[in-house]
Amino acid sequence: MRQIHVDEIITKVEQLSIDACCNLGTDVEDRLKDACSSEQSDLARDILKQLIENAQIARKEGIPLCQDTGMGVVFVEIGQDVHITGGYLYDAINEGIRRGYKKGYMRNSVVKSPINRQNTGDNTPAVIHTEIVPGHKLTITFAPKGFGSENMSALKMLTPAQGLSGIKKFVVDTVKKAGANPCPPIVVGVGIGGTMEKAALLSKKSLIRPLGKPNDDPNISQLERELLEAINQLGIGPQGLGGRTTALAVHIEVYPTHIAGLPVAVNMQCHACRHKKVTL
Amino acid sequence: MEKRLNLPCGQAELESLTAGDRVYLTGVIYTARDAAHKRLYQLIAKNQSLPIDITNSAIYYAGPCPPKPGYVIGSAGPTTSGRMDVYTPPLLDRGLKVMIGKGNRSPEVIQSMIKNKAVYFAAIGGAGALICKSIKSCHPVAFEDLGPEAIYRLEVEDFFVITAIDVHGNNLYETGQSTP
Repeated sequence: MRQIHVDEIITKVEQLSIDACCNLGTDVEDRLKDACSSEQSDLARDILKQLIENAQIARKEGIPLCQDTGMGVVFVEIGQDVHITGGYLYDAINEGIRRGYKKGYMRNSVVKSPINRQNTGDNTPAVIHTEIVPGHKLTITFAPKGFGSENMSALKMLTPAQGLSGIKKFVVDTVKKAGANPCPPIVVGVGIGGTMEKAALLSKKSLIRPLGKPNDDPNISQLERELLEAINQLGIGPQGLGGRTTALAVHIEVYPTHIAGLPVAVNMQCHACRHKKVTL
Repeated sequence: MEKRLNLPCGQAELESLTAGDRVYLTGVIYTARDAAHKRLYQLIAKNQSLPIDITNSAIYYAGPCPPKPGYVIGSAGPTTSGRMDVYTPPLLDRGLKVMIGKGNRSPEVIQSMIKNKAVYFAAIGGAGALICKSIKSCHPVAFEDLGPEAIYRLEVEDFFVITAIDVHGNNLYETGQSTP
């Protein structure tokens, strides 16, 4: 059995948190540049240019892209032949975040009680999703989630009769309703199937795919293309001030579901689509 | 049209702005977001004085990152203005003239803006690293216990914003989106 000490996990999560918040993925930056050249509206183009300039400043100076450095969402894939030593895995992840947010001069955006709303002061705890996988490796993806976009997400339990057209309507309506709030151009994560919480998790997980990489299933990737086109015809545009670039991509993940159900979750994501991964 | 505006500014200058105008702001603005708005609202409800002079002031819906050594402020982009809608009309009634944030406003806020002749600017959401370059000083002035949600007094220079809703209620979120 392979042993991994928590100290190594703490160090890696610390690095991932800073990297994710300061260093825009090149997949996103390339897509913004493409959008810049295809956008018709002057204002939309200027906004996209500013987002590119913002990413360059953040990377060069090592400062966060956005003041909303998010609540930490962490996907952990732990090989069944891995043994974590020296402490508890979740404590290590939270310690890495605590250190990273301090060292990176990132904003503490987490409140302890959703009712009383007192800031925890160190951006912990994270929301951690753990999956046991075959093998002896440990993969950690850190995906800080800002709430301008998170707040505009939605989930609906459709009926099987509503089918494909129901899914499309719900996704497009959710984007329309979100308008300017999630900082378009957005990435739209969609989870279809499973149970209520499975659909939500799939929608979140779809966002850590390389930007615009289609689903392996050709039927699903076609749905991704159709939804992207429909969304970009809404006219919301960058920052909701008009234009063709409302979404950079639609990512869909699916899972088997019950004979009576069709859960659909839409996780809205701002353009930055921050996520960084390490495999130990 | 591209314009420059020094804050605080006169009523005539505010009224000359049209939705869609690109504006470079220079002068004093105050940050305030969810928790600070709730407190301001409660103070007004109790008819108590506010910790900042709201008359003819500008509020920026933002909760910045802490500054790195050598910086006056960290990343400092706008947050979603709609969450402040419920608290906004009483502030406009008390003399708030300029709001800076991102995203559309409620009909109640827009009505109050028309009544009080106030302007709402959109800053670029997600461009916090770029925006922090136009902030020249930053000092907490109220509710410091709220951390990133405290009220900070900022001095800005050429802070780029877009006139989203003007004093007549013309709304770029409506007109801009209808012409893709």
